[in-house]
Amino acid sequence: MARLLIRGGRVLDPSSERDERADLLVQDGSIADVGPDLEVRGAEVVDADGCWVAPGFIDLHTHLREPGQEYKEDLGSGGRAAVAGGFTSVTCMANTDPVNDDPAVTEYILNRARTDSPAKVFPIAAATLGLDGEVMTEMAALAAAGAVAFSDDGRTISDAGVMRRVLEYSKLVDVPVVVHAEDCALRGDGVVNEGPVSTRLGLPGNPCLAEDILVARDLMLTELTGARLHVAHISSAGSVELVRQARERGLSVTAEVTPHHLTLTDEATLGYDTNTKMAPPLRSVVDVEACRKALSEGVIDVVATDHAPHAVHEKEVDFADAPPGVLGFETAFGVVMDLVREDEISPLELMRRMSTNATRIMKVPGGSLAPGSPGDVVILDPERRWVYDPAKGYSKSRNSPWAGQELTGRVVATVVDGRLVYHCDRGVLVP
Amino acid sequence: MLGKDLLGIEDLERPEIERILETAQRMTEIGTRDVKKVPTLRGRTVVNLFFEPSTRTQTSFEIAGKRLAADVVNFSTAGSSLSKKESILDTAKTLDAMDPDCVVVRHKVAGVPKRIADVLEAPVINAGDGAHEHPSQALLDMLTVFQQKDRLDGLTVAIIGDIAHSRVARSNIYGFGKMGAEVRIAGPPTMLPADVETLGVKAYCSLREVLDGADVVMALRIQRERLEGACFPSVREYAATFGLDRAKLRYAKDDAIVMHPGPVNRGVELSHDLADHRPSVILDQVRNGVALRMALLYLISGRPRTRAESPQE
Repeated sequence: MARLLIRGGRVLDPSSERDERADLLVQDGSIADVGPDLEVRGAEVVDADGCWVAPGFIDLHTHLREPGQEYKEDLGSGGRAAVAGGFTSVTCMANTDPVNDDPAVTEYILNRARTDSPAKVFPIAAATLGLDGEVMTEMAALAAAGAVAFSDDGRTISDAGVMRRVLEYSKLVDVPVVVHAEDCALRGDGVVNEGPVSTRLGLPGNPCLAEDILVARDLMLTELTGARLHVAHISSAGSVELVRQARERGLSVTAEVTPHHLTLTDEATLGYDTNTKMAPPLRSVVDVEACRKALSEGVIDVVATDHAPHAVHEKEVDFADAPPGVLGFETAFGVVMDLVREDEISPLELMRRMSTNATRIMKVPGGSLAPGSPGDVVILDPERRWVYDPAKGYSKSRNSPWAGQELTGRVVATVVDGRLVYHCDRGVLVP
Repeated sequence: MLGKDLLGIEDLERPEIERILETAQRMTEIGTRDVKKVPTLRGRTVVNLFFEPSTRTQTSFEIAGKRLAADVVNFSTAGSSLSKKESILDTAKTLDAMDPDCVVVRHKVAGVPKRIADVLEAPVINAGDGAHEHPSQALLDMLTVFQQKDRLDGLTVAIIGDIAHSRVARSNIYGFGKMGAEVRIAGPPTMLPADVETLGVKAYCSLREVLDGADVVMALRIQRERLEGACFPSVREYAATFGLDRAKLRYAKDDAIVMHPGPVNRGVELSHDLADHRPSVILDQVRNGVALRMALLYLISGRPRTRAESPQE
């Protein structure tokens, strides 16, 4: 098999605490060697001078829409968008049609992804049948089929008794349960963060407490059951504090935050752009600062994009009717680089949260550049300025709050299992 | 003076409000003539695009347009297959292709007039969007108060009721505030929006306190069908705590006037007697509504149109 030599980059490998200029050799699908001035004959050479070389990004929260909503995205388009954003492994949520609550659906996704997606795909199965929050799914069979976690995601399990049993039963297969923490009754019709902005907009508010109460409930249930909980897209200062305390008590709790909740406040919704409608909603500056601090301190383990494609016509409706969610893959790196520029996190620690830490939470490969690791690598130009145009991106959808904006920091190339699958000058190269 | 659209009072400067009110005051005279029509907007087309039914506001805009000799067309989507999940931008572009000179938009969700205005070449007047703004209502309220008090500066205006769901409240808070009045609000705590002080008002929970020293008392309509049992326990309790009658009105200044955007739930927001007689000025509000909307149509759609050149393809 071909050999790929990535020459002269700043190698950032959180798994070995390496941060130095070095060459990286990928051979037979795996990392073969790292070191200064490697002499390799017959290898394809990628010049990484001035770039960062890191383990391929891993996204623990995405919606790839297949099966059933291929007009928004499919495993091919989603996978291409993923590698264009530097992601080599992504999980995908269960809210497909049919719902991924049956091993046959899990296997279908894995089979399609194998042929269609240049990124590796790992399904997250539903925690309850039909995401209805009542009857738990066959977790053992789903885990055997390849599910790496269980979640009803946006259809939060409102019945605490059901959630308790889901957490208890999940210990059988030792995979985390992912919670989209939102008390639906407290949220009501809320579509933007409750506060001065919702009052100005005249749109129904969704208070931080709707998130905090559910986080508190599920942390208590985690303590009771001894299960593993992963808090999806944490967005409020209150929830961050609850997770911080839970970890200090030794609970098996992890958390993710999205690029948009790290960089945008609810003021972004003031123009009623439906591409700023998310669940949870964009929060206040206090919440954004709490999330950034928690990410840099490690209270939040990973950045996850919650890549949520929606067709243009679905977003061209009024704010209340528009589905929540935005594209995430292709802008993620350029957006989170803001934290590095503001000196809130080092490049090495950012790579840990974009990649390495995910492998501790779910059974996904990568996260390391140590010899023998999978040949999943991303090459990044931290200084490159570029203007994001969703119409020229790889997703089938265009719903992004960063459309038309200049970002600094660009994915130069992505390598999956030793194959160059994306280069910014040549586009996605396979399949 | 005045941008392309009128989407909210929040966007207006005080001189712009003054100009609108002065123009409207002049327009009131036309309504007193035998022949209530002037040729000002002859050959211009005004479209009433109402996604949510509102007979009163729509009729007021229609009469206003007709008194200025505009061709007024009602494009009502309420009840049609269009009313749900439609592409707002599709609707807007379809309308724009018919070359209207002004589009008056009403929608139950905040922000829709702005989204339409963003893509429409024709000017847009917001005729009420969700709980956001209802600028023509606030302007006609200011005109009515000015006629009664001869000033707005220094007045104390008390707005009472469901502030959270009220576009009328927001527009009046901005409007009277910009004109130098002190605006206070009161209502059940469940009907006050989050962080409402950030709008520049003081919030009260007691009718007696909010009325103390008020020159203008504005009662808001309660959506009893939707909110009884949710935001307030019962109509009876609402009427007892926040309903106005002559006895409670004595907390306000002796010459205080009473306003309501209509339609009044009689015996709930206002006693029957107060709804019909001075010091209530409800019918003056309605009458001024026509003149005020004439002024808006004149100022916004009466300007010479400069059309963009068609792209060469």
